[in-house]
Amino acid sequence: MIKTNLNINDLDKNLLRDLDSYIESLEDPKGSLINVLHRAQMLFGYLPHNLQLYVSRKLDLNAAKVNGVVTFYSFFTEKKTGKYVVSVCMGTACYVKGSEKVLEKCLTLLDVEKNEITKDGLFSVKDVRCIGACGLAPVLSVGEKVYGHVSADMVEDILNKFRGDENDS
Amino acid sequence: MRGESEEMIDLLRDKVAELGLTNTVKVIKTGCFGFCEEGPIIKIKPDNIIYVKVKFSDVDEIFEQHVLRGHIVERLLSVDPETQETYKEDKALGFYKKQYRIVLRNCGFINPEDITEYIAVRGYEALAIVVSENTPEEVIEVIKKSQLRGRGGGGFPTGLKWELTAKHRRSDKYIICNADEGDPGAFMDRSVLEGDPHTILEAMAIAGYAIGASTGIIYIRAEYPLAIHRLEVAIKQAKEYGFLGDNIFESGFNFNIEIRLGAGAFVCGEETALINSLQGMRGEPTKKPPFPSEAGYKNMPTSVNNVETFANIPPIILNGPEWFSSIGTENSKGTKVFALAGKINNIGLVEVPMGTTLQEIVFDIGGGIIDGKKFKAVQTGGPSGGVITGDNLDTPIDYESLRSIGSMMGSGGMIILDEEDDMVAICKFYLDFSREESCGKCTPCRIGTTRMFEILERLINFEGTPEDLETLEDLAINIKNSSLCGLGQSAPNPVLSTLEYFREEYEAYAYRTKKTSYQIIGDKCIGCTKCSKVCPVDCITGSIKKVHIIDEEDCIACGACYTACPVDAIIKP
Repeated sequence: MIKTNLNINDLDKNLLRDLDSYIESLEDPKGSLINVLHRAQMLFGYLPHNLQLYVSRKLDLNAAKVNGVVTFYSFFTEKKTGKYVVSVCMGTACYVKGSEKVLEKCLTLLDVEKNEITKDGLFSVKDVRCIGACGLAPVLSVGEKVYGHVSADMVEDILNKFRGDENDS
Repeated sequence: MRGESEEMIDLLRDKVAELGLTNTVKVIKTGCFGFCEEGPIIKIKPDNIIYVKVKFSDVDEIFEQHVLRGHIVERLLSVDPETQETYKEDKALGFYKKQYRIVLRNCGFINPEDITEYIAVRGYEALAIVVSENTPEEVIEVIKKSQLRGRGGGGFPTGLKWELTAKHRRSDKYIICNADEGDPGAFMDRSVLEGDPHTILEAMAIAGYAIGASTGIIYIRAEYPLAIHRLEVAIKQAKEYGFLGDNIFESGFNFNIEIRLGAGAFVCGEETALINSLQGMRGEPTKKPPFPSEAGYKNMPTSVNNVETFANIPPIILNGPEWFSSIGTENSKGTKVFALAGKINNIGLVEVPMGTTLQEIVFDIGGGIIDGKKFKAVQTGGPSGGVITGDNLDTPIDYESLRSIGSMMGSGGMIILDEEDDMVAICKFYLDFSREESCGKCTPCRIGTTRMFEILERLINFEGTPEDLETLEDLAINIKNSSLCGLGQSAPNPVLSTLEYFREEYEAYAYRTKKTSYQIIGDKCIGCTKCSKVCPVDCITGSIKKVHIIDEEDCIACGACYTACPVDAIIKP
């Protein structure tokens, strides 16, 4: 069990200010919960419990309702993600072309479970629903960058590209 | 891929500018040509020559040879995988020959981020005609007469939906565009939104005028960032030109469109679930009636239509309902866009008149199966659909015919499976999807799909029994009959359909007779030793010019020997 932190004061004040101004710009903040959560996840990278509590108070909604919405939709994550999120497409087109092997390879190479973060904090791996790039199946994306026609053998090279970036900077 | 294409465009633009040809040569960025397998693609007009699989390093040659000298670069033309012939013009390509493009008419021809290009192909003319010459009732009559049916999968008559929404006299009404394309393996809507976003805006405004709504909402998946961006650009431009906003074409009609993002839930393709999601709630379906046409978004009359349905509207207004209803079969008019994917040569988007046979789609347009393997089945309708086997390939496709052979039109995803695909594993994949995407509201779907998944898992691990097959069938029928919404009612379809056509594959697991190792046919083996050399677990024995043998116990069924064998002496498990 992850210990739940419900202390709102732990949240980054600058990011909260950005979130507040977004919420204030909305006509119907309560009805726009999903948009607010999208913005919150964009700013913070994920939706920890204390952030969910903050949103619920800000929109005058029940915290249980907010949590219900967060956990309902697969796009929202309550767990911290790596600097680079490796997403392996699990749409049917990718599946029949062997995306399961690609996913397995990612997990073994990085020595993590799905949705967990590597020790160096650089990567986390998740499977995603069809991203509609079926012509390129199997598809893997790292952050915004999309790789097509990926085989298990190519995974290491792809990941190394991002490790390289890290060393340069 | 996008990154590389952008670089090629920049390079071409630089070259044109360098030679001062900006008035005679224009480089444009277009939406998807639909021919995804052969991308990146460059097309030269007016010659209509298509270059495929273009690399950054090829751009120079295309520019120097074709653009400047008019010489065709033969090596970059598309090659027919069967006849080895090369194709120069797009229309001659087998891929395009049997297609008829209404929905995709502008995709790949106009720059989606430039409204003037849309206007040049009669864009917003349909809206102008409608708001200045027709009454809302007349517009609905035209759509009814065209016999257009919803392209999201259900096939409900669009004109009737509009009429039902129009008849409720309430202060606010809403038009919603369902762009939550969640069916894995389907990417039609994404391509339309990315390639021709203005068509959707125009059609939504026409729908708004017809039902008496002044607000349109596009509910789109957050997974489609490029489509979202292009819609934002398009909405901004349409407002600047006065095609959206107040008093459109001086008619007194006001219409505005906003974009709302989904957050990844397949069930939100169901209209009542979609409406709940729009209101910031969990995307759980509610029972119908009341239908959204009576009490939808914010409890107001709402018409929810799919992207592809909308894309048909402007051409129907411009060309007349008779033109549209002359295409297709008796009960299914117009065309349908399919996303071909899986083990097929020409992966991509195809648009064909209703009534085209699967044979034509898979072999004439799709170019047949990859690596010359044998066709096994087409899966249509995704997690809600079923499989169509070789026996039914000559069925003319429409809503009714697909249902009668145990599949469904669905949104248009078509996954081609070859002889190597394991039907039980494919079903396990779909059930895993459905159980995860079940919203959890009703028990048959929430628990039933999980139980079905567990049985399939058990079978695949050789831990199942013959009784499991009966339980699986019972469960499937019960879930179908007792679930609240379309997701639950159709989730068992992949299993039911494969149980009908490929029962022996289930039985092979249940009776544990499924072979798990490759075998060598003694008569065919020439003793070349190629198989034993590639075997990663060294389970193939035999010496030169002697028949080789695979040890069934040790074989891991990796298929390396099968690929290596020069005389097809190895058979699959």
